[in-house]
Amino acid sequence: MADEALLQPATVVAVRDLTPTVRSLEILPADGILPFTPGSHIAVQVCINGRPDRRHYSLLGRPEDGCYRIAVRRMPHSRGGSIFMWDLREGDALAVSAPRNAFPLKGGGSAYLLIAGGIGITPIHAMAMALADAEAPFRLLYGVRSRSDAPFGDALATRLGNRLELVVEEEGGLIDMAAAFAPLPDNGEAYVCGPMGMLEAALAGWRAAGRPAERLRFETFGNSGHRAAQPFIVRVPDLGREIRVEANQTMLDALDAAGVEVLSDCRRGECGLCNVDVVACEGELDHRDVFLSEGQKAEGRQLCACVSRVAGGSVTIRTGYRPL
Amino acid sequence: MSETRSYPLNAWYAAAWDTDIGKTLLARTICDTAVVLYRRRDGSVAALEDACWHRQAPLSMGRLDGDNVVCGYHGLVFNGDGRCVRMPSQETLNPSACVRSFPVVERHRHIWLWMGDPALADPSRVPDLHWNDDPAWAGDGRTIHAKCNYRLVVDNLMDLTHETFVHGSSLGNDAIAEAAFESTHNERYAYITRWMKNIDPPPFWASQLGKPGKVDRWQIIRFEPPGTVTIDVGVAPVGTGAPEGDRGAGVNGFVLNTMTPETESTTHYFWNFCRGYRLGEQRLTNEIRDAITRVFGEDELMFAAQQKGIERNPHRGFNNLNIDAGSLWARRLIQQMVEAERPRSRLAAE
Repeated sequence: MADEALLQPATVVAVRDLTPTVRSLEILPADGILPFTPGSHIAVQVCINGRPDRRHYSLLGRPEDGCYRIAVRRMPHSRGGSIFMWDLREGDALAVSAPRNAFPLKGGGSAYLLIAGGIGITPIHAMAMALADAEAPFRLLYGVRSRSDAPFGDALATRLGNRLELVVEEEGGLIDMAAAFAPLPDNGEAYVCGPMGMLEAALAGWRAAGRPAERLRFETFGNSGHRAAQPFIVRVPDLGREIRVEANQTMLDALDAAGVEVLSDCRRGECGLCNVDVVACEGELDHRDVFLSEGQKAEGRQLCACVSRVAGGSVTIRTGYRPL
Repeated sequence: MSETRSYPLNAWYAAAWDTDIGKTLLARTICDTAVVLYRRRDGSVAALEDACWHRQAPLSMGRLDGDNVVCGYHGLVFNGDGRCVRMPSQETLNPSACVRSFPVVERHRHIWLWMGDPALADPSRVPDLHWNDDPAWAGDGRTIHAKCNYRLVVDNLMDLTHETFVHGSSLGNDAIAEAAFESTHNERYAYITRWMKNIDPPPFWASQLGKPGKVDRWQIIRFEPPGTVTIDVGVAPVGTGAPEGDRGAGVNGFVLNTMTPETESTTHYFWNFCRGYRLGEQRLTNEIRDAITRVFGEDELMFAAQQKGIERNPHRGFNNLNIDAGSLWARRLIQQMVEAERPRSRLAAE
C-alpha cells in the first residue's frame, strides 16, 4: 500500500550499538506511542540528498516499553536511509508514522516456526518474545554471518533456551529448509524475514513440501538481492531515453527523475504495479521482488522497477506507454 | 480517540448466540469495528474484520466457499485466519494481504470475540454464564438492540429499584424500593444483595411459586466487567430458611445478561432467564421468555430516551444516589480496564 500515513513529531531518546553494524534507536512521539502488535513497523521520514523520503523499520519489544524501538543496520551500499539513521543522536527530532502491521502473527496457532536472517531478526524478535510470553510452541532459526554480528543473539539465547538455533555462516552453517519444515504440523505457520536468498530457499522448500502458500508468512522491504547493487543503464526506446541508474538509486526513482512515467504503489516489490516488460538485457537480471513467480523470473521478460536491478550492463524496457 | 472510548478492548464480548452463526456470512459491528462471522465446515467459528484488504469492500457482501470468504467485488479469497489464499490475475500472493482475524471462543451458548491484543486472549477469562447450558437449569432468551451506551444497561440491571416504577405491573412492588440492600465487591465482581423478607410476592413470582402466603424474596446481582450481569432471583415461603441458605421450599432463577458495545451509543444486549424448577416444560420456557420480552421492552424505551437526553446535554453528567452504589462499582471496574489499555508514554510513566 502506498505510504500515505500521517507523520508525527518525535524524539530520539536513546541510541545504542548492538553490534559494530547494528544500532538500536528508541523513539518517543510527542503525543505518546500507539498500541502495536508483533510484526508491526513504523515509517520514519529520512532526508536523502536534501529530499525527504521514507524508510520502514520493524518495531522491537512491546507497547509496555513506552517507546518505539527499532534496529538499523549500516548498509555499505545505502541509498541514504541507513546513513541518515546512523547520524541520529539522542535528543534529535524526527517524524514517524503510526504503527502498521503487514506481517501479523496468527493468534492461538498450534505451532510456529520463525526464521530470521541478519537484520531480518527485527520483526521476528518481537514475535519470538510474544510467543515465549504466551507459552506457545515455536522454534526460531536465526542465520547470521558471525557470532559477533548477531543482534539480540545473547538476549534471545537467554530467553528462548533451546528453542533458538543460531546458524552461523562463518562456521559453515546453512539453514536446511526441508529439515526445518518437516516437524511442523500441517496447520503450522512459518514466518520468514531475511535476505532474498533465504526467502527464496524458504519459498521453494515450502512449495516442495506441498504446504499451502498462505501459511508461509514473510516480509521483505525489497532491499536485498542476489548481487551487490551496481550502476546500470536502462533504455526506453519508445520514449527515446537512456538513463543511468546509480548504485544507491532504484530503477523506479531513476525513471521517475527522468520523467518516464511508471505506476507504483508498495515500492517494496509486492504489488506488481511498477512491473515493466524487458525487451533485451545485457547483464544479469537481479529480481528482488516477490510479485513475479519463480517461472516468470526465469523467463526474464518482466522486471519490478521499484526493487529489481541489473547486475552490470544495461536493460532495454517497455513501459505501458505506446507512442501515437 | 482513546480518551472518549467507554469500553475496554482486551475483553471477551458476546457477539452472537450460538444459533445466530451458521455456514453463511453474518455482518455485525462489535466495539465500533465491522466484523463478519461464519462457521467453518468443522463447526468452529471464524471472525474477520469486515473489510477486504484490497479496497475495503465489506467481505460480508461476498460468499462463503468452503472455509474461505470470497470478496464480492474482485474475488480475493481469505481463509478463516484472515490470510489471503487467492488473488486475481497474478501467479503469486501479495505477502501483506490479510484481514484482521479475531480470537473466538464458543461457550455458554454465546460466540465470544476478543477485540484487543490477541496475545492476551485467554479463554479462561470468558464471563461466567454457565447456567445457559447447564442441564440443572432451563430457559431461553433473546437479543435486544439497545439504542444506548452499554453502561446504561449495566446501570439498569445494577439498580433494581427501577422495577417498582418501570415494571410495576409484573416484577416490581413497593417492597423493592423500600428494602435495604448491601453493596459489596472484590477484584473481579461487584454485588448488590437485597433480601425482602415476609412480603407479598409480585404477580410473576406468586404464579411461579404456586403457593399462597407471604414470601422471602431475594435479588443477588453480580457484575463482571465489562458487560456481564447475572441476577440470582427467587422467592420462598416465609420462614422456610431461604435467607439462612435453604432455598429448598422456594423457586430460583437466574437473569443472565451480557452487553456488548456495538458503538458508543448502541448495544447488543443478550439476555436469558434460566430457572431451576419445572425443567422439562418447554411451554413454561416460552411463556417466561415472552413475558420478559414484554417487560424488557419497557426498559428499551427508557434506554433510548435516556441516551437522547445525555446526548442533548453531554457535559451535564449524572447526580448519583445511594441506590447507585452497584452501578458506580461496575463503572469503576470498567474504568480500570479502560485505563489499563491506555498507551503510556515512558515520560508520563516516570
